[in-house]
Amino acid sequence: MADPRPRGGTLIEEFEVGLDAPICLTWELTYACNLSCAHCLSSSGRRDPRELSTAQCQDVIDTLQAMQVFYVNIGGGEPTIRPDFWHLLNYAVEHQVGVKFSTNGFFITPERAAWLAQTDYVDVQVSLDGATASVNDALRGPGTYAAALSALDNLASAGFRDAKVSVVVTRDNVHQLDDFKRIADDHAATLRLTRLRPSGRGAAVWDDLHPTAAQQHDLYQWLLRAGDNVLTGDSFFHLAAFGDPLPGLNLCGAGRVVCLIDPIGDVYACPFAIHDRFLAGNVLHDGGFATVWRDSDLFRQLRSPQSGGACTSCSAYDACRGGCMAAKFFTGLPLDGPDPECVKGNSESALADPDRNVPVASQDHSRPTNRAKAKQRPAPVRACDESPVSRATFIPLTTVLAGAPAALTGR
Amino acid sequence: MPVNLLNERLALSPSLALRPEPFGALAYHFGTRRLTFLKRPELLEVMRGLDGDRQLSEVLVACQIPSAQWPVYAQTIERLIDSGMVVTAAEVKGDG
Repeated sequence: MADPRPRGGTLIEEFEVGLDAPICLTWELTYACNLSCAHCLSSSGRRDPRELSTAQCQDVIDTLQAMQVFYVNIGGGEPTIRPDFWHLLNYAVEHQVGVKFSTNGFFITPERAAWLAQTDYVDVQVSLDGATASVNDALRGPGTYAAALSALDNLASAGFRDAKVSVVVTRDNVHQLDDFKRIADDHAATLRLTRLRPSGRGAAVWDDLHPTAAQQHDLYQWLLRAGDNVLTGDSFFHLAAFGDPLPGLNLCGAGRVVCLIDPIGDVYACPFAIHDRFLAGNVLHDGGFATVWRDSDLFRQLRSPQSGGACTSCSAYDACRGGCMAAKFFTGLPLDGPDPECVKGNSESALADPDRNVPVASQDHSRPTNRAKAKQRPAPVRACDESPVSRATFIPLTTVLAGAPAALTGR
Repeated sequence: MPVNLLNERLALSPSLALRPEPFGALAYHFGTRRLTFLKRPELLEVMRGLDGDRQLSEVLVACQIPSAQWPVYAQTIERLIDSGMVVTAAEVKGDG
């Protein structure tokens, strides 16, 4: 059944043709959320009546255990809203599937924090998109800064080690990176910076909120100075085109080593690609997750050789490999051309094209007042390549990723 | 490389999981969250052979690793010990 596979290649070449199971995956447990963040990747707000039941979620976890997926990034929506969330968390870690979950912090009470502190194999990632309440709450809503800081306080007081402070870098907060680092340090936590994606409701705010070209350069310099002390989920590999590679595995793993399961069991190529164009199948209707992962047409296509297209002649192509597939798709750029935040400026004319059309969203669980307005455009059809650059601790016969598998996804 | 490592009885950390892949294997340590790619199927066999009873040299023989490659295997295992993925049999028995 498997395609002929080249042997003896580099690790990246092995990743390009896909692994037998994802290294890790993102699982959005619910579209329900108590917040309405302007840049929500999954356009969350209201629960979907088709969301997987507790038993169906347990079946997914059983499958992940059998496939030896060591680690799952759980998000939403706000996953802690699900009444069975804490049960499922327990079920996963008891079945050798480690969990990192993302939360806005509202429900991380002192009691929950104490429970989390004594539970192995669980990581907590608290979202914070401003180092001050004014910057944060403008994006995430009133009271969200206080709630996130309260959650971090509760975790620190309970002795929870190494929580993550997860920041989406925007035009409005990029000047606060040192302040974010201090907030993390003050809570014995680790700072995690990720890229603003034009996915979900993010499509509607991306033009105004993505860092300017000058800010991107400042961010790049800051990340180089921070090195391994700050996590990035490999978000910023498009910045490698400035020169030096950033820490981590500079790789787009969509459909090859990572994917996303949404609340109704749909499987997408990556956490930033919740759209019909990147839908591989459903865990309930298409033979289960393992079958979707191994045999779906979409994932097979993503694992076949890709073209760099217009980027191939660029001097930086080997560093950035054309950037992020999802960022291109949701800004209406061709998938075999430059990233919308190409640091060489090669996407500026395409972004300025008055005929550019961003794709219409294929799902939206926003509350009615919060719907993103998107325009129709024909879907481009080719995925980007991966970066060949990998940094690793040196052990002979091995490659080591500190902090991975998180390093292979943006969540 | 300490010469005596070949005489050590070694075992995998209880927190370590191995997943075979076409290129070798993934090794994941649930405690440190560290993911390591074992880039030779033979290294996976050696890892699986670390049963706490046999000396490393016996495992290398059993896995038919040519003696010319023993130094690099020993160096690899030594680093895996440093990062907590492989432990000495004494540690397994001692840490309860």
